[in-house]
Amino acid sequence: MRAVDGLDLNIREGEFLALLGPNGAGKTTLVEMVEGLQKQDSGEIRIMGLPWKGHEVYLRSQLGISLQETRFIDKLRTREILELFASFHHIDGSRVDQVIEMIRLKDKSRAFTVNLSGGQRQRLALGIALLNEPSILLLDEPTTGLDPNSRHEIWDILMEFKRNQMTTMILTTHYMDEASFLCDRIVIMDQGKIIAQGGLDELLSQNQSDEIIEFFPSGDPGKLGIESMPWLKKYSFDSDRNKVTLFVTEILTALPDIMKQSEVRGIGMGGLTCRTMTLDDLFISLTGRRLVE
Amino acid sequence: MMKRNSLIQLILIHYREFIREPGILFWSIIFPVSMAWVLGIAFSKQNETVQQVALIEDPIAQNKELRQFLSDAEYVNNPEKEGPDYYEKTIQNEKLGKTSYRFLETDMDGGLLLLKRGQVNLILKEYPDSVVYFFDPVNPQAKMAYVMLSSAIKNEHLVYETASISPLTQRGNRYIDFLIPGLMVMGVMNSLLWGISYALIEMRSKKLMRRMVATPMKRSEFLISFFVARLSITIIEATLLLSFAFVYFHISIQGSIPAMILIFLAGNIAFSGIAILISSRTANSRIGTGLINVITLPMTILSGVFFSYHNFPDKVIPVIQKLPLTMMADSTRSVFIEGAGIAQVSLNALILSLLGIICFIIGLRTFKWY
Repeated sequence: MRAVDGLDLNIREGEFLALLGPNGAGKTTLVEMVEGLQKQDSGEIRIMGLPWKGHEVYLRSQLGISLQETRFIDKLRTREILELFASFHHIDGSRVDQVIEMIRLKDKSRAFTVNLSGGQRQRLALGIALLNEPSILLLDEPTTGLDPNSRHEIWDILMEFKRNQMTTMILTTHYMDEASFLCDRIVIMDQGKIIAQGGLDELLSQNQSDEIIEFFPSGDPGKLGIESMPWLKKYSFDSDRNKVTLFVTEILTALPDIMKQSEVRGIGMGGLTCRTMTLDDLFISLTGRRLVE
Repeated sequence: MMKRNSLIQLILIHYREFIREPGILFWSIIFPVSMAWVLGIAFSKQNETVQQVALIEDPIAQNKELRQFLSDAEYVNNPEKEGPDYYEKTIQNEKLGKTSYRFLETDMDGGLLLLKRGQVNLILKEYPDSVVYFFDPVNPQAKMAYVMLSSAIKNEHLVYETASISPLTQRGNRYIDFLIPGLMVMGVMNSLLWGISYALIEMRSKKLMRRMVATPMKRSEFLISFFVARLSITIIEATLLLSFAFVYFHISIQGSIPAMILIFLAGNIAFSGIAILISSRTANSRIGTGLINVITLPMTILSGVFFSYHNFPDKVIPVIQKLPLTMMADSTRSVFIEGAGIAQVSLNALILSLLGIICFIIGLRTFKWY
């Protein structure tokens, strides 16, 4: 079993890159190999042109890392945790104050970490990553399991950081909105391989069609005769949800044909939606599965 | 603001946890002190306890000697009928102290039941011309009661020559003098194994260790912080236990203080090494708890913390004597109550230190940082 296989990826300085994929796609393995926490069986990883071997101390001082769910020592205070990590980087207390300000935990700086909420704990983990003003920031699912408000708070902190610092960031996520909001380039991974990459617009336009029609048929959708239509790019039917998804060249030409067929065959179309393609659709069209199960 | 030293920050973690978790404070300080207090009291005031024996009276023909003996005993009617009526008599001896006996009136079946339950060690049956004693010959307490009672009943004076008895109640010979060094070394073992192993395993399972290793933190500093913090905590724990024992039980250290410090340090090295070794791989705290128990529990029982291991079969004693806790306990006791000096404890101290260093090196080689 290989978690990551035959993968070739170049990340430019200052780039914000998202590794997007479902659970088990190999995102964490890839990031932890970059972080030097896992060793690859073959191949090479270079960071700022340097391999891990022989440059551990320097590279560790240049990276800022947030692991997938780190828990802290229950009875240490927020500020004490930051001071502890600051001491590993030989950073002084004024930077700790700055970071507490950045991660918006000033009123929680004396709280025990056990009493922090999930979002506050993730912000503390992010704060630890930002302490050493890293050249490269590696965040492994920084917002997984958080409510929308807490997620937006983390996004704000990262956008603010992006504006002020020349930092490269690699972020893993299975939220497409997170990838598209924060990152310049999106790498879609599945089963240890890169299946698509590029900017958001690039990804959506280069891959097949742009427009989507979805509906819930009241009868057998096969009788609609859609599969022989000239405008059809891709047809998919999710029998569990009884949902038809059509990838079409143009909604304007496709829709009248579908309406007509529906009337002739006597098959109703519930919940009819027409929209442009999202990353989620792209993932389905590439893999046949949904991004978030 | 000044830069903070990473070793000091790492050591501070342990102190902060120690002070802020009431549970830790209880187990490491209040528990050993109260154990010393309870056991010390329970075993040192033994001469004031009342021993119970079962008495089967002959309703028709009374035994003269027995009746004479019981004539000045206090007869107590058990008003709530929770137990049998009884006679209570105290045999006073200026050198042996007081021994009180309670004679529970019952029949043979009742007497056997009391014996099985451990309420009595001895059954007295009255015959017109004699008193018969029923007891288990391998039970030393029963034998003791038989010797004392049979002679007391016969002539109402203790037959043994009290002139030949010289009570040894000076310091160093009491149970508490035996117990306190035992409790102290057990405290060191528990404090280090739970404090180091459990903390390491927890940090690994929380992925905190992984996170710390991903910084430029020095791994040696990380491990040294555990040793330094735990050593100082065991010193505090031992000091509190000893202060209590000095004040309350007036124990004294007969041997040399440097020898005690030497063996204390060696024990710390030994158990720190063992702690690092057993926590070098696992990230599962339940497996960790099991591993710690596998080490601590047999030694707590075998190494003579509470009672001398010389009661174990002769064949296993040489094995027991080579357990690290036994070595530390024996040497500490020899300083406390036998007046040993550095020369007498240095071999054990050397073995313990080497054991700790070897365990530490093996543990470090196999240590799973992430």
